[in-house]
Amino acid sequence: MKRSLIDIVDLSTQELDELIACAKDIMAHPEKYSEICHGKKLATLFFEPSTRTRMSFEAAMYELGGNVISMSSAASSSAAKGESVADTARVISCYADIIAMRHPKEGAALVAANNASVPVINAGDGGHCHPTQTLADLLTIDIQKGRFSGLTVGLCGDLKFGRTVHSLINALSRYEDVRFVLISPEELRLPDYVKTDVLEARGIAYEETADLEGAMPSLDILYMTRVQKERFFNEEDYLRLKDSYILTPAKLAGAKKDLAILHPLPRVNEISVAVDDDPRACYFKQVLCGKFMREALIIKLLKEAGTI
Amino acid sequence: MNIEPIVNGVVIDHITAGQGMRLYELLGLDKLDCSVAVIKNAMGKRGLRKDIIKIDQEIDLDLDVIGYADPGVTVNFIKDGKVAEKRTIDMPEKLVDVIKCRNPRCITGTEQELRHIFILTDRKNKVYRCMYCETQA
Repeated sequence: MKRSLIDIVDLSTQELDELIACAKDIMAHPEKYSEICHGKKLATLFFEPSTRTRMSFEAAMYELGGNVISMSSAASSSAAKGESVADTARVISCYADIIAMRHPKEGAALVAANNASVPVINAGDGGHCHPTQTLADLLTIDIQKGRFSGLTVGLCGDLKFGRTVHSLINALSRYEDVRFVLISPEELRLPDYVKTDVLEARGIAYEETADLEGAMPSLDILYMTRVQKERFFNEEDYLRLKDSYILTPAKLAGAKKDLAILHPLPRVNEISVAVDDDPRACYFKQVLCGKFMREALIIKLLKEAGTI
Repeated sequence: MNIEPIVNGVVIDHITAGQGMRLYELLGLDKLDCSVAVIKNAMGKRGLRKDIIKIDQEIDLDLDVIGYADPGVTVNFIKDGKVAEKRTIDMPEKLVDVIKCRNPRCITGTEQELRHIFILTDRKNKVYRCMYCETQA
């Protein structure tokens, strides 16, 4: 049966565990999977600029032995001529076996999934969801910590518009005894609905603070985020807030020795380059994890659709 | 105040006092040619004020609109001067084309002919969220 991935909560914790196990197996035995998608096509529809997510999907499909079809840019697509997302999804379904789509409008991936006859993977819909980034985050945490339960997770930076933050909170709050420290300036705090509907509804402990160094000693995971210019209507607000938190080696002085530092990337300046050599910096491993989790996801959705 | 009993039509009763005109507008009753009475602040049997709408014509009402705007309202369908059916309207699980999403980043603002769908996510606090972007109504 055709199934799409729009939001990370579309996957049960058991399915997340299975995807993580599959991704690890691909990492260990890539040859086992190198022809599993032979003759199948992934369409990457990116209506918003992206390098890493699109290339990650494309690399994932090639490593599975499949092919990729793509459009060069949103400006050259039929959307620029006024075609609806629904029609685009119906048309592309005729060409591809699976679609990965990024779109600036929130909910666009759901519209595509409701109209496509092949599985649709949400590769980011505005500030709403970015489930495959969360898959990358989860595999990274699993590899670094070996567990999700009992972790204290610090989320730092833009917690208001940061879709990766919302998705990660949604995913991790389904595990036992996870605690969140929400580190942000006042204006970029986590939206109330995430606090009430997810954290408070599930009885998850959390605290809000603007003090990164004060929170540092308690953290097992530090998830840094970029203040995204494209999410602001007002450039003045962006300029005022963009440098709120910059992680440097000095700020890591009070951190645990086994802290894992994550970032969905791209970074601008919120993590100093000097931190890159710290063994606790995991953000480039996270990129690799993202590719393997996308491979695992493509396999899962194509299998469920009966395509492979 | 006396309003003639209706023979065939609909009586919307137990409307929260002050909400009658809002329901009248949301249901588009101004477009009807028949007699419609909106009674404000009528005294109910339990000593509480309420609004009542009487429609002197059999019509299809969008009960989801009523359930969303004022859950707990009673709708009486009158046939030949008698109550043929009486329904208490609760909050619907789903609202279709009743309200629009106010999030400027939502796909419903640009996609052609996309239905505006809201899902009841928190019955206790009467919270509806856009099915597409999850913005609260």
